[in-house]
Amino acid sequence: MSHALVVQLNLLLAALILLTSFALLVQRRMFAILHIFAWQGFFLGVSTAIIGFATGVHHLYLSSLLTLVMKVILLPYILYKLILKLKIHREIESMMNVPTTMMIGIALVIFSYHLTEPIRQLSALMTRTTLAVALATVMLGLLMMVTRRHAVSQIIGFLAMENGLFFAATSATYGMPMVVELGVALDLLIAAFIFGIFFFHINTTFDSLDVDQMAKLKETD
Amino acid sequence: MSLHPLAIELLQLALLLGLAPAFAGWVKIVKCRLQGRTSPGLLQPYRDISRLFIKDVTLAEGASWIFRFTPYLIFGVTVLAGAIIPLVSTELPLADTADIIALVMLFAIVRFFTALAGMDIGTAFGGMGSSREMMISALAEPAMLMAVFTVSLTSSSTSLTRMVEVMSRGDFTIRPSMAFALIAFILVALAETGRIPVDNPATHLELTMIHEAMILEYSGRYLALIEWAGMMKLMLFFSLGIAAFTPWGIATSGEPLALLAGAALFILKLLLGGVIMVLIETSMAKMRIFRVPEYLGSAFLLATLGMIAFFILE
Repeated sequence: MSHALVVQLNLLLAALILLTSFALLVQRRMFAILHIFAWQGFFLGVSTAIIGFATGVHHLYLSSLLTLVMKVILLPYILYKLILKLKIHREIESMMNVPTTMMIGIALVIFSYHLTEPIRQLSALMTRTTLAVALATVMLGLLMMVTRRHAVSQIIGFLAMENGLFFAATSATYGMPMVVELGVALDLLIAAFIFGIFFFHINTTFDSLDVDQMAKLKETD
Repeated sequence: MSLHPLAIELLQLALLLGLAPAFAGWVKIVKCRLQGRTSPGLLQPYRDISRLFIKDVTLAEGASWIFRFTPYLIFGVTVLAGAIIPLVSTELPLADTADIIALVMLFAIVRFFTALAGMDIGTAFGGMGSSREMMISALAEPAMLMAVFTVSLTSSSTSLTRMVEVMSRGDFTIRPSMAFALIAFILVALAETGRIPVDNPATHLELTMIHEAMILEYSGRYLALIEWAGMMKLMLFFSLGIAAFTPWGIATSGEPLALLAGAALFILKLLLGGVIMVLIETSMAKMRIFRVPEYLGSAFLLATLGMIAFFILE
């Protein structure tokens, strides 16, 4: 594979990651959100492997494999089981202003492009252009956590943010040290278990995973 | 030897006028096949149009000149748009009269007068159809413009022939911006030509009509002109998509052989595009009208993402 083709493939994957972030932002159905999240992980893994191949930084293969296993298979599987067990797979999130959310999302993308512009001019890496997309993915994940009211979609927003950070690491410095990456992966796995336990508790206490219900916890004076 | 540009222009118009009904028939055939029905055949649209031309016109009481003038305007403007979009060759003398923004506005004129004519008679359905059409077009137009702007950015020109030349000459590069723009364009084109997720062209239920509701009162040769223009519009949106995104094989000179090859390739792409559109149409249900803003909003989002991707990534 020639260098130019690799760069183009990487750009395409970055564009797809951005697209999946937007799809996560506006998708209402639980299983569809999971599928999109798995796709995002898949694009991320492939992109990491391609960068590893093009730059000869071989530990990226390992982190690519880790991403594929964790974010395409393991995490979606755990959340899938959770959703089935909590019987919320038919739930559709209401109260979401899709056009406004999308407009804010576009503004965030432009903002992160503006923010990463100086780095882009300083850096000499072949992946410098995707840094803006990585930052945008982080911000869109954050936006998803802010706009969603359902606990499961907030968690997915959180995981999408992590995807963005991982992508930022690969595009800014060709990946974090292996130890850090392994640590993050383990943390994510444990986080998923803790989320699961919390989901059960929220669900048994409020009979719903809508986090607005938590306002009931407030003591009235 | 090469043909005079004017001759190419005339040939292209003949191709458009002659083939548009056949293309509509082809779409219907594929659709019928997919849905397990027998189709009326490729020539049915021709028969429909010629029958309508023979029939007498019935005018509603109080129809003003707008109502009588609109069919001619729709037909004329659609033909003009057909003279601007390069179908088989980029050697079009009329192509310089309007760039892609003016082209989008030409389609807007058609829509404006159709809506006026829908309200002119004063029936409830006409007004309802007009207001719906205006709502949809107000949302579709920005998305359409953004999608074509992305292509313009790539070729750094808003002239269609220029865009086609740059696109067909360029070597193979993966462009995420173009992919976004193409998806956005398909979404908008489905809405603008009144196809299934937004409007059902074959509906007989007045309450769900959009485009059909506006032309409900037309008959005879007026209806024939509008129907014919509608078929041309469908074909023109395909041609616009082909010209902007996959113009490979288009003739760049007036050589008869190159023209022939360009025409053959164009028809092949058209047939393929028809099949893709039918696949989209049969796999989807018509959406509620209040979901349309969301649908067109995502088209706008995709087009904008394409534009952003151009700046960020390319």
